[in-house]
Amino acid sequence: MTTSVVFVGVGGQGILLASEIIAQAAVVAGFDVKTNEVHGMAQRGGSVVAQVRYGKKVYSPLIPRRTASVLGALEVVESLRWTDYLAADAFAVVSSQRIVPVTVSGGAATYPELNETVLSRYFSNLVYLDAVEKATELGNAKASNVLLLGAMSTRLHLPREAWEEAIRSSVKPKFVEINLRAFEAGRAAVLENGTVG
Amino acid sequence: MKKLLSGNEAFARGAWEAGAVLAAGYPGTPSTEILEHVAAHYRNDIYCEWSPNEKVAFEVAAGASLTGARCITTMKHVGLNVAADPLMTLSYVGGVGGFVAIVADDPGMHSSQNEQDTRLYARFAKIPILDPGDSQEAKDFVRIGMEISERFQTPVLLRSTTRISHSRTLVEEKERFVPGKRDFVKDPPRFVPIPMWARQMRVRVEERLEKLQDASSVSPINAITWRDKDFGIVTSGVAYQYVREAFPGVSVLKLGWVYPFPERLIREFAAGVKNLIIVEEGEDFIETYVKSLGIACHGKPLVPTVGELSPDILADPGSGLAEKIGGPIGKNRVTEKPSESSPERPLLPQLPARPPVLCPGCPHRGTFYALGKFDVVVTGDIGCYSLGVSPPLSRLDTILCMGAGISMAHGMDRVGNSRKVVGMVGDSTFFHSGITGLLDIAYNKGGSTIIVVDNRITAMTGHQDNPGSGQTLMEEPTIVVSIEDIGRACGLKNIATIHPRRIKEAVETLRTAIDSPEPWLIVSKAPCPLHERKPLGPPLCIDPQTCRKCNLCLKLGCPAIEKRGDAVTINEYLCAGCEMCSGICPAKAIGERR
Repeated sequence: MTTSVVFVGVGGQGILLASEIIAQAAVVAGFDVKTNEVHGMAQRGGSVVAQVRYGKKVYSPLIPRRTASVLGALEVVESLRWTDYLAADAFAVVSSQRIVPVTVSGGAATYPELNETVLSRYFSNLVYLDAVEKATELGNAKASNVLLLGAMSTRLHLPREAWEEAIRSSVKPKFVEINLRAFEAGRAAVLENGTVG
Repeated sequence: MKKLLSGNEAFARGAWEAGAVLAAGYPGTPSTEILEHVAAHYRNDIYCEWSPNEKVAFEVAAGASLTGARCITTMKHVGLNVAADPLMTLSYVGGVGGFVAIVADDPGMHSSQNEQDTRLYARFAKIPILDPGDSQEAKDFVRIGMEISERFQTPVLLRSTTRISHSRTLVEEKERFVPGKRDFVKDPPRFVPIPMWARQMRVRVEERLEKLQDASSVSPINAITWRDKDFGIVTSGVAYQYVREAFPGVSVLKLGWVYPFPERLIREFAAGVKNLIIVEEGEDFIETYVKSLGIACHGKPLVPTVGELSPDILADPGSGLAEKIGGPIGKNRVTEKPSESSPERPLLPQLPARPPVLCPGCPHRGTFYALGKFDVVVTGDIGCYSLGVSPPLSRLDTILCMGAGISMAHGMDRVGNSRKVVGMVGDSTFFHSGITGLLDIAYNKGGSTIIVVDNRITAMTGHQDNPGSGQTLMEEPTIVVSIEDIGRACGLKNIATIHPRRIKEAVETLRTAIDSPEPWLIVSKAPCPLHERKPLGPPLCIDPQTCRKCNLCLKLGCPAIEKRGDAVTINEYLCAGCEMCSGICPAKAIGERR
């Protein structure tokens, strides 16, 4: 069985780093792993998506539609852009940031009213939190990506040691501690809510 | 333990393991990171450089090869067009040390102006091409390519695609093959394709092709895996992974060495299956050949020619392909189907598009805004500033290829276009292939205005050094080439430098140039703030009492300036403090936060 994870947001939010940590944790846990991401033009403030797949043997680096079991979103509208790739019972962790695209500022489009209630119509298994606020409380807003990852990890079934090793090998030494704390805070946010049985 | 490497990291590792001593390329998505990884990890063993363009990079590597050194050159698909001239004749000359050109295609055009299938170049140049399907193969195929290159005295193409270059998969690393010291040995009939010797080379190319074809039929990277024999799929590159995902039960002939086609192997496979299907991303390259052998097969258009493939596209019940394969033998269908009981999701709200935009503080914004004051035609070019075509700036009218921003301006100007023509290129693009266009304008008495938006770095591909940045790929300090000096050397009389964030002054200089019948070179110079990685100033804010709601600041298209209802505000987390908006605000309502 292959586990597929989608991590989405806007260029500059740390999506590629977060997906690298998931992939490394799966490597440490002994799985075959494939990831995919789009570079280049997409980095200039555009939508960014990273895909991670792991299992006994993984072929395609691209996730087939309706098979991803976990979604992480660092921006609200972006969380809905990839719903087609999620399994019906997928676990979605969405941070409440709203980054207004220029198409909205310029008046060509509108930013839809999206809150936890609206989102829960699209995600049967939703955790909605403010990852930036929680990461800021811990001391660094930039750790919001890893905080989100902590919340997602409650459904990724990888050993805790694998996560820790992956974080240590993926972030600069001086940011390891804050990211480990952010990861734990994200985990706790889900487990305390009792969302996970 | 196996390591998780991107395809581009794996190509770099492969060059090192294969004993390469030189790597030259020009940045271009999705190929760029290959040389960046060579520079970061292997520069003690491999000399590496960003050349001004792909033709130069290709020739640098060709020179190295003639001394017996193993070398790679890297570029994106359109870069090989620039390097096509040396490619076609290096095919004749052949090289001495292993020569592998790694060329990355971008099906789906994630970051490109066209789709090209580089495999067709292999046939055109009559040289081998390898098509890896994951990072392990990306690494291993560099060494295999070097061995083919040396054994058959031929340059070798190694094709990547976006999903190979930018996917990470597990790789088993090996030690480096240490090549012996070699030196150039004079041999004019071998290295000088003047007609009398070129004619002999031409014959050898055909002889070589036959030998290569025999070799590709027995190469271990071309292999049949027998499964169900009702259906057999021939595939190459990343498409192999999609085939395995979508149709796990069918027999597969996977071609790692695509051209020259392994005729014997293809015939053996075709004879062993009832229905033969060719699944390839891009053109019907293999399919056309298989049909030329008189073998019936399916391929295009069941498999789309346009865009990328994916497991979904292959398995889509509407595609015809899945119907063909999935109908009679259901076990071959996608393994992870959505569960039957899954309820349909409610219809999504209309989601606003989020196209890439010029960053907050980007100097190009000022140049485009200033240009917006004039009724001119703007011939643009490849780079971040191609984003100037989007509203609200909308100040770019054409794009063709690198360098064309200058030469096309001259063509429009020369036939007497009624509106003044302004050509625009970036600094790296200018060094790449803009200089010759500028020389043309000076020499042939043109009258267009050329703007070089000079942010002192190759920005779009992720900030690679260039002749204007003062540093080499190997992080050595070097000369800083002046674009103004090059303009003078080309013979241009009118040259000005503007600061794109001082919009009012920029407009005045532009007016002088645009009103002039003579050619002008304007260098719009300010470093890329994304590369500098520090804000230009404190974040600004709009005083709602002073603001007249004229919305002029929104015309800058800055992602930090947001309109919510009637009010315009500045997002302090995004604002780079560039002061372009405060500079144009007629009410002087924009200033530092208090």
